[in-house]
Amino acid sequence: MSVTLLAARQARAVPALQAKGGIVVAGGTLAVADLNHGQGPGTLIIVDGLGLGRIEIKGRKVILGAMVTMAQIAHDRRLKFLHPVSQSIGGPAVRAMATIGGNLFAPAPYGDMAVALLALDAEVALHDGKALRKLPLENFLKQRGKYEKSLVVSVSFAMPEANSFRYVKAVRRKPVSASLVTIAAVLPRKAGKVKDARIAFGAMGPCALRARKSERALEGKALDASAIKEAADLAADGTAPADDAYATGWYRRQIAPIHLQRLLGA
Amino acid sequence: MIEYRKDYFSDARTDGLTEVGVTRQRSDVLGHVTGKTQYYADRHFAGLLHLKMVRSPHHHARIKSIDVSRALKVPGVVRVLTAKDVPQNIYTILCLIQVEPNDEPVLAFDKVRFKGEQIVAVLAESEQAALAGVAKVKVVYEELPAVFDVEEALKPGAPLVNEYHGRNWFTYEGHHCRRVRFGNVDEGFAAADHVIEEMYQSSPIEHAPTETTGCIVVPDQNERYTCYSNTQALYFTLDNSALILNSPFHKLRLVGGTVGGGFGGKVDVITEPIAFLAAMLTRRPVKYEYSRAEEMQVSSPRAAERIYIKDGVAKDGRILARQVRLYVDAGAYSRHSPYGTTKAAAHMPGPYTIPNVWVDCHCVYTNRTPSSAMRGFGVTIGDFALEVQMDKLARLIGMDPMEFRILNAYRDGDMKAHQKEVDGAALVECVQAASDLANWPIAGRYRAMSSQKREG
Amino acid sequence: MTKVPVQFTLNGREQNEFVDSGSTLLAALRDKLGLYGTKAGCHQGTCGACTVIIDGSPQLSCLTLAERCAGKSVTTLEGLTGNGALHPLQQAFMEGFAAQCGFCTPGMILAAKSLLDRNPSPSRDDVIDAISGNICRCTGYDPIINAILTAAEQLRGARKSA
Ligand SMILES: Cc1cc2nc3c(=O)[nH]c(=O)nc-3n(C[C@H](O)[C@H](O)[C@H](O)COP(=O)(O)OP(=O)(O)OC[C@H]3O[C@@H](n4cnc5c(N)ncnc54)[C@H](O)[C@@H]3O)c2cc1C
Ligand code: FES
Ligand code: FES
Repeated sequence: MSVTLLAARQARAVPALQAKGGIVVAGGTLAVADLNHGQGPGTLIIVDGLGLGRIEIKGRKVILGAMVTMAQIAHDRRLKFLHPVSQSIGGPAVRAMATIGGNLFAPAPYGDMAVALLALDAEVALHDGKALRKLPLENFLKQRGKYEKSLVVSVSFAMPEANSFRYVKAVRRKPVSASLVTIAAVLPRKAGKVKDARIAFGAMGPCALRARKSERALEGKALDASAIKEAADLAADGTAPADDAYATGWYRRQIAPIHLQRLLGA
Repeated sequence: MIEYRKDYFSDARTDGLTEVGVTRQRSDVLGHVTGKTQYYADRHFAGLLHLKMVRSPHHHARIKSIDVSRALKVPGVVRVLTAKDVPQNIYTILCLIQVEPNDEPVLAFDKVRFKGEQIVAVLAESEQAALAGVAKVKVVYEELPAVFDVEEALKPGAPLVNEYHGRNWFTYEGHHCRRVRFGNVDEGFAAADHVIEEMYQSSPIEHAPTETTGCIVVPDQNERYTCYSNTQALYFTLDNSALILNSPFHKLRLVGGTVGGGFGGKVDVITEPIAFLAAMLTRRPVKYEYSRAEEMQVSSPRAAERIYIKDGVAKDGRILARQVRLYVDAGAYSRHSPYGTTKAAAHMPGPYTIPNVWVDCHCVYTNRTPSSAMRGFGVTIGDFALEVQMDKLARLIGMDPMEFRILNAYRDGDMKAHQKEVDGAALVECVQAASDLANWPIAGRYRAMSSQKREG
Repeated sequence: MTKVPVQFTLNGREQNEFVDSGSTLLAALRDKLGLYGTKAGCHQGTCGACTVIIDGSPQLSCLTLAERCAGKSVTTLEGLTGNGALHPLQQAFMEGFAAQCGFCTPGMILAAKSLLDRNPSPSRDDVIDAISGNICRCTGYDPIINAILTAAEQLRGARKSA
């Protein structure tokens, strides 16, 4: 039952360690809890020395290193639009530890930052041991089991237009708790009409997912009551959220359209 | 803000109170804020073994076989305990106050009756090793149909939960429930202007103390053992452990102390007898502490209840008859629920004087986590039901809910349904004072009423 | 179990320890160093009783690997009374009935301290956010929030008169 910590010196070395059963401990808020409950592997891979804790903003492009914490985001004035998201995750201690990379792997109802990043159409950079690859976050999330043996290096996205990003997380206990349903939306507009809206849901399936039917219902329309109603009515379509200690799947399907309606109408 | 209204009952008692109304600091608070307060786990013992439990994944199942051989091969695992190791393999929580039969094995052997029931204890050098050992114990089950609803459980043909009772209810002096009979409810209903029946129910409520349930048992000199526990019931624990272990009482020593939150959740004496046994058999200090998940799942919650209340009320506001059928979901085992059910019966029909009362309170076994004590158990849920019912009745006859309560409130000298004379009642005055604070006007007639005598 | 050396600052003093590889800071503090002021209520990050301050920010010692504290500065409740006098937070918790069973108190006080260290004039909402990861099952949050606000006021007063 002995556990070894390995501090990785290069990103490319990590996947080989993962292939041997090691796991990356980033913030550790999920990984160490598993370890405490006897579900840990023998090797813990520490990637503190790889410089993955930086936030870079070049023009409109934002690059968040995988080890960037929720607290770092909350303290970065340039990322003000993401503050409601980082602020909705855990208490201050969790936020000081929880990382972006870990959030991409967090099982529902966790993964609120991933919801926001999905609405932002983010791209994930990961190292599979041979090369650094980039892929859309949506593809990554859909098959994230497959990428467990890769090192997530960073996540990047284009800064959304002013006031086009919206976020809501419904919870039972204020100020913070695990999600009943999380919604992030980017609603760009051209001449008053919605163009290429992106809406993402959290806690409505095993990982964050796009609400494509609702997005289509808004396309080319003004954000008026009837368009919003139409989009909201389609919100829970095709979703199968889980029952957990916070809510039943049934309840989540009932409230998702209401929260989407309010978010779009805000 | 606390306000002391010493004008009430000033003729009936002297104002000699020296502590009530005075702010005093807690005697232990300096320890709390400096981290010096010692909780049971704030101790170090060389050679401490950790105990982790193999628990039932099923709500109701027959145990076909238990194989511990692979667990014993896990590095760090020192030994395991099964039912065979327990001298008297039955919990005896209330037998010393004559609440019997004992109905819960310490370690399950033939059957499991709720999800999370303990079957095999694994002792190891570290928590990780103990958990690894738990994962290697192989128990073969044959699943049985389970029942989760109190009324379903009472129907003929329901799965039998607890063979120690032979039926899915606790028997009170030969009766299938705890009963109260006073006057004649049929006559009361016949004389009433309105009769309504409503149903109320609640879910189990977990205490969720911040410190989970646990204890450490340490072998002392002369075959004696000391148990450091966060139990709320030190002497219960001593008695029960001695009975289960077939041990003279003087061999066991219990050290209590500051409890990190209990609320009634730490009176069930579940961990200590097993930890004592483990320390005796290994001659090493043993710690048995619930994980957070165990605390939430297997420590007993407040019982779920279902309550039917049927009332007959006269137009002038007097309640003429109240019939109550109350079901306490004890879960798979008694623990403190038979006692809580008796409290529920004694609490009906609430703090009101009603001439005709009929109460049946059932303590029912289901395949849910055994329920037990929690702050005012047996009465709190009943109070919720009764007071919602009072509001409904007031609305039904178009009366102010405060005045309706004052009118029906019991007064000194009234006879309660369970044949105890009321003494020291203060409900009339409490409702009057609450109305004042809430700026809720009440009519002069009700303002003039008193708990000390019934108006003519 | 492999032992690894860790050097860190604990409550202002240099500390050199051998810890079990893969063990948590919580285990190191309690089981190795006998600092029982740090409590464990869940081992999964949900209760906040194990909160300590690492390099100025509140963190959960139950989820922190001891080895990763190398070179860092850790403050536990024991570190608040270093010079014998009570910290204003301790005083305010004591006087304001902000501790009933006391099990959440160490984590609460440290979560509050890391707030006041960064923000000497917090609003009520700031205080609520600061302790949002700490569960108290006994006292009720109002006395705790009030005690933290009282302590903040006292600290400001002390700073002004200094
Ligand atoms: C009390 C509490 C409250 C919480 N509340 C929320 C909440 O409100 N919303 C929410 O979204 N989450 C919440 N979480 C979950 C969690 O804290 C976050 O999702 C966090 O972002 C996970 O990141 P981490 O760095 O701690 O992950 P870790 O625990 O370090 O890792 C989690 C998993 O991801 C893998 N991983 C991490 N980083 C990488 C990487 N760079 N490359 C490859 N694999 C990697 C690990 O191997 C592991 O399998 C909460 C957790 C706790 C304990
Ligand atoms: S013990 Fe660390 S948060 Fe509960
Ligand atoms: S005082 Fe008991 S948990 Fe807070």
